[in-house]
Amino acid sequence: MSRLSAREIAAAVNGGASATKEVEAALARAKADTNNAILRVHHERALAAAKRIDVRIKAGEKLPLAGVPIAIKDNLCVEGIEVTAASKILKGYVAPYTATAVQRLEHAGAVVVATANMDEFAFGSSNETSAYGPVKNPIDPTRIPGGSSGGSAAAVAAGIVPLSLGSDTGGSIRQPASLCGVVGMKPTYGMVSRYGLIAFGSSLDQIGPFATNVADAALCLERMSGWDQHDSTSAARNHAGLAQLASGNPFGTLNGLKVGYVAEHAKGLQSEVGAQLERAKKALTDAGATLVPVSLPHEQYAVAIYYVLATGEAASNLSRFDGVRFGHRTAEAATLPEMYAKSRAEGFGREAKRRIMLGTYVLSTGYYDAYYKKAQQVRRLMCRDYEQAYAKCDVILGPVSPTTAFKFGEKLSDPLQMYLSDIFTIAANLAGVPAISVPFGADAKGLPIGLQVQGAQFADDLVLRVAAGLEQLNRA
Amino acid sequence: MSITEQDVRHLCKLSSLAMSDAEVKRMAGELEAIVGYVKQLQAVDTTGVEPIANVAGLVNVTRPDVPGQMLDPKQVLGNAPAKNEVAILVPKAVER
Repeated sequence: MSRLSAREIAAAVNGGASATKEVEAALARAKADTNNAILRVHHERALAAAKRIDVRIKAGEKLPLAGVPIAIKDNLCVEGIEVTAASKILKGYVAPYTATAVQRLEHAGAVVVATANMDEFAFGSSNETSAYGPVKNPIDPTRIPGGSSGGSAAAVAAGIVPLSLGSDTGGSIRQPASLCGVVGMKPTYGMVSRYGLIAFGSSLDQIGPFATNVADAALCLERMSGWDQHDSTSAARNHAGLAQLASGNPFGTLNGLKVGYVAEHAKGLQSEVGAQLERAKKALTDAGATLVPVSLPHEQYAVAIYYVLATGEAASNLSRFDGVRFGHRTAEAATLPEMYAKSRAEGFGREAKRRIMLGTYVLSTGYYDAYYKKAQQVRRLMCRDYEQAYAKCDVILGPVSPTTAFKFGEKLSDPLQMYLSDIFTIAANLAGVPAISVPFGADAKGLPIGLQVQGAQFADDLVLRVAAGLEQLNRA
Repeated sequence: MSITEQDVRHLCKLSSLAMSDAEVKRMAGELEAIVGYVKQLQAVDTTGVEPIANVAGLVNVTRPDVPGQMLDPKQVLGNAPAKNEVAILVPKAVER
């Protein structure tokens, strides 16, 4: 990860360096990927885009992401490019339009060089459910990179690209960022348009950046965010605070900041993760912040709420994959219902089927009130916990993952154990609040540890500011 | 209460998913474990608590009802597994 940051590349290209050369180098790195992080390299399209940027810069334009090569998760649409959500059911699907988030980054000068591997339909925490095989963690290839945006995290960690996009429904950006030692952020629900993102859990999904540093993540988010007519959940808000952060300076002081923490979070952590959390608390206090104990009494139900609501939403969203308009269709079926059932059976992997079944169960007659409605009620109680907590503090500091990267196969055979690895990240999705994973130390084996900073809804700039503070304190 | 293989077959029907007997059996066990876990929600007192569907507080976001830009039909048909010039083809749906 010793290569240039996104802002350094943009500054160089704006100053006359060749975007084409920068993109060519990234394409070569993507091709040479040894971690299965990259599914597709977009050679021609990327070079054509880079050439256009060189022309614009020569003509006197300045672009905030000029010539910055990026990778995107395989659930983001780009017109004319295959997108599969790492599922057999979408093999060969060519997107007819481009996702708003990607379009905005391209408009700012970024160049999509590659599509990154992921868990199938973002169902997983280890990248082991991909139809294309698992991604290896660049820090230790015998271990998982985290999931579901494992390829996007690994692509940045391996230095293929300085910036990538993922999506986060229950921790799918933050957990792999933590396990691969990069910055990864889930913005507030509504910050970034989901138009062109293959939907998983529509009340939870949010697109966000992976970067080698917090300022690059801020710049990327600032460029992507804002209202979009194509996504009715996108928010019309002024993100002036982000623009200031995106300029890379100044991240300001931590003095006087009230940092909340939840005492229960310390339980059940790998000892080194707990030690780093304590180190961060002390460093923040030394920098002038005040620690405030807060209570999130319903957070203990987050995983249970999530696996009711997210699977219910997923079962609905995945009903569109029926072999009719796009995707895999079974070779032989006498009737239409048989064609649906066989196409879906052949196209979906095990975890996708499991979530469709669970989602169908919680939504079905006789169980809806007991599971789905109940989960929505407890979700409201959890949102209230957050509101009360943010009346007392500015941000909440905690762990991202209870452990560092685990070995392949360790949790794959036990779905429930896998689901529990998202125990600290899910609550932010349920409450719709911004949350970031920032690298902070490592365990005895040298595996990276990430810490999480969460804030109130639309306090994305504050979350980034505190993350930048932690980034500096970690280096000190 | 436990999830039986019969329940799983019913869910297969509801979700249009074909499944072998072995898969059904395994799925019943896996769902049983997960549903057993999420049952802890029953312990929470939610008397008088309104269910929440949207954390952003949005209600019925509408746009003016005017035609906008649409996708090119050729491009859309391009992704269909079976088609002719103007339509997507599927197996016979209604017996005459």
